[in-house]
Amino acid sequence: MVTGTHVPVGAHYGWRDWLSQRITAVVMAVYTTLIFGMLLWYGGLDYAVWLAAFRYEPFRIATFIFMIALLWHAWVGVRNIAMDYIKPVAVRLALQCVVIITLVGYAGWTINVLWGRGA
Amino acid sequence: MAALERPAARPRPVYLNLLAIRLPLPAFVSILHRVSGALLFLIGIPLLLWAVQGALVSADAWAQMRVMVAHPFGKLVLIVLAWAYLHHFLAGIRHLLMDLHIGVNLQAGRQSAAVVLVISLLLTLGVVIRLW
Repeated sequence: MVTGTHVPVGAHYGWRDWLSQRITAVVMAVYTTLIFGMLLWYGGLDYAVWLAAFRYEPFRIATFIFMIALLWHAWVGVRNIAMDYIKPVAVRLALQCVVIITLVGYAGWTINVLWGRGA
Repeated sequence: MAALERPAARPRPVYLNLLAIRLPLPAFVSILHRVSGALLFLIGIPLLLWAVQGALVSADAWAQMRVMVAHPFGKLVLIVLAWAYLHHFLAGIRHLLMDLHIGVNLQAGRQSAAVVLVISLLLTLGVVIRLW
């Protein structure tokens, strides 16, 4: 647990990653519980319920928030793995660039799925 | 003076044969947290986006998705990802509780690791039963 010596808005020393990992986790846990509750409530999922959910703006926004939390969370996790196992700095930097570009791409894909022509 | 001289730093043994290391249960759950996270990143996220996008196109596309999920390979992928999500979810809740200083002693840590492992496997079994 990080206490006292580090000011959240000051220098970070990994504190910001630690905190964002947990905040995004809580956001995802809430959304997951919501989805699971909905599935139980409707007793499964058919096309009508599925489509209605994605045409309901608050559901789209909640899903968007979940996805951003997921992508952010994935970034911290993948970076942790990279820092542990990939020692050559150039390789790690290149890989992290690829991961960031991929995650930003996924964010764009998410917007397309939620508000694009398909939905 | 000689008595004050420090002995030269001895090289520490490095033993990282992953196939021979004996992992205590919390370490096992911890490495599975990492493995499940990597799986969710590599396969889970793109597959989720692809599937949701596909299933929103039309009623026919939705039905096609259901056929894919009914295929043994589709089921297998879904089961692996369901386990990854469940394990990662429960192991994450365990971490959050520990951040709140709940269950941080050795015995509680071992017990909660066992709970995470068993409950996630049981819930995955539930998914298996639901799919078959």
